[in-house]
Amino acid sequence: MNRIDKLFRNKKNNILSIYFTAGYPELTSAEGIIKDLCAAGVDMIEIGMPFSDPLADGPVLQQSNCAALKNGMNIHLLFTQLENIRKEVSIPLILMGYLNPVLKYGMEKFCLKCAATGIDGVIIPDLPPEVWTEQFRPVFEKYNLYNIFLISPRTDDDRIRKLDSLCRGFLYIVSSSSTTGKSEGFDQAKVEYLKRLQGMDLKNPGLTGFGISDADSFSQACRYSQGAIIGSAFVKRLGEKTAESLPVRDFVNSIISA
Amino acid sequence: MKYHVDERGYYGEFGGAFIPEMMYPNIRELRENYIKILDDKGFRDEFSTLLKEYAGRPSPLFHARRLSEFYNTQILLKREDLNHTGAHKINNTIGQILIAKRLGKTRIIAETGAGQHGVATATVCALMGLECVIFMGKLDVERQAPNVLRMKMLGARVVPVISGNMTLKDATSEAIRDWINNPDDTYYIIGSVVGPHPYPDLVARLQAVISEEIMWQIMEKTGRPEPDYLLACVGGGSNAAGSFYHYLDNDNVKLIAVEAAGLGTDSGETAATIATGSPGILHGSRTMIMQNDDGQITEPYSISAGLDYPGIGPLLAWLDRSHRVFFDSATDREALAAAFRLTRLEGIIPALEPAHALAILDKIRFRPDDVVVVTISGRGDKDMQAYIKYMNDMSL
Ligand SMILES: Cc1ncc(COP(=O)(O)O)c(C=O)c1O
Repeated sequence: MNRIDKLFRNKKNNILSIYFTAGYPELTSAEGIIKDLCAAGVDMIEIGMPFSDPLADGPVLQQSNCAALKNGMNIHLLFTQLENIRKEVSIPLILMGYLNPVLKYGMEKFCLKCAATGIDGVIIPDLPPEVWTEQFRPVFEKYNLYNIFLISPRTDDDRIRKLDSLCRGFLYIVSSSSTTGKSEGFDQAKVEYLKRLQGMDLKNPGLTGFGISDADSFSQACRYSQGAIIGSAFVKRLGEKTAESLPVRDFVNSIISA
Repeated sequence: MKYHVDERGYYGEFGGAFIPEMMYPNIRELRENYIKILDDKGFRDEFSTLLKEYAGRPSPLFHARRLSEFYNTQILLKREDLNHTGAHKINNTIGQILIAKRLGKTRIIAETGAGQHGVATATVCALMGLECVIFMGKLDVERQAPNVLRMKMLGARVVPVISGNMTLKDATSEAIRDWINNPDDTYYIIGSVVGPHPYPDLVARLQAVISEEIMWQIMEKTGRPEPDYLLACVGGGSNAAGSFYHYLDNDNVKLIAVEAAGLGTDSGETAATIATGSPGILHGSRTMIMQNDDGQITEPYSISAGLDYPGIGPLLAWLDRSHRVFFDSATDREALAAAFRLTRLEGIIPALEPAHALAILDKIRFRPDDVVVVTISGRGDKDMQAYIKYMNDMSL
């Protein structure tokens, strides 16, 4: 059974997923960050594959993508770094990145490597569902790899239902129409939007992302969806690291033990 | 019609709409409406009136006698440099702002490289009384200073973009991000035949006025239904697409597109996408792009800010792939020399971009009675800094 399904079967609420960019702040940071996140009690991890032109990302993740590439990160190296990760980590792991580097790596080879490494799902924001269905669905299914779809407040009901029917694992609920890292608070519009989704009786659980940055926005998101995804706020903290230790545990504690 | 976009938004294997879900509603709205609007009589009347009375069209087709003599062939210049605001870009911005208005949008955003598209956008925003925000790479803000000041005078806000190598690619990415963040009131006037479907088709149709005019002008000037050659420079490809549009299915006309080689296509400092690129995805479209082995977009280089882009429109990629258009490239130096040749022989100072197209005249052996049309996509006022430097370096 895919670990994502297992997670949502065992835990119905307050699911915390954390995103970071592989290769940032140091080229070899990923493995340590994953283990620390796991030890700190997060439920799922999204590992970012850096891209030179991350269209859906705000300044913080643009900067981490850029720094990771300067450090020398690429998909091949990332798989090498993650080779033994499943010996120690059992929570779901998701790769997130843009389409071009994945296509260049080769979609079939990518899916195969994901399966061999123990990756459970993939998020590729600029891979449209139509193209995925037409070209890549069989290979994803062959390797039991989930493709996670995004929905936004402007996605209409028909399309939400269509994406819900294609999606496996969970729906990535983009909290407001924005790029990543805009923490403008959890306003009424977001609450209304999440309530609307709750009323739709969708087959997939949903995690809320984009603009979730602290204990307050996390708990708000958890009130109206199964949990939330935090990216920019965590990556920003990684960038502020002092001397030896990365502030992973502190950050996670500030979110879940509030 | 084999070179036109199909119902899925592709030109052969190129095109499509590779966009995040947050952009989907806006792109769908445009896709579902653009043909309807373009075909609407009210739109067509307003568009053609503005092209005529505001932009100054038709742009002349000028027989360049001294240049023709120099190359021993018949050269005609399609004078897009004489348009209002000094380039072909205004054809597109007039059309798109009329679409934006019909879609009920009140805020306009655009990217710009050379600043010509930014100026053309700021201009139509002033004309229509709409808010205007222009994204421009910080490097371009510096090297195309006069156009920045023009945009500001026109009332636009110019946002310098500091990501990447701070040129056109980064400005385009930033404009897309702005649209994601402001989906309701904002319309993105993209400046070339790039981006997700339907933009490449939309912009090509709006720029097609160039070849529509060439068709009757060539008849009037030469008594012949078509030229032997059409030459245009290619950044994203909009002036080339517009110049070629009505001749795409006419194999009697040889179409030549000229990219910016920068310091040379083998130098690593180039913007010649067809010469050095491979298929990939950039700015929402599958096309030819400049990328490394990991699929990261590489930074282009050209002296010409308008050609300094690591991609090319999917239509142009397809025209190359299907061998309908012959692609060549010209270096910074060749373009500079060609700009001075035109200036000294014809009294026309071209922009650096079309100077690349002019440079190819040196490389092709034409027959004396060949009719060769070169699109002068813009005028050189914005490039005086580069020209003055060249003049001093070469003691011209
Ligand atoms: C005068 C001029 N020509 C050509 C271009 C290149 O664009 P395109 O290839 O879309 O015509 C530009 C872009 O800024 C320009 O200003």
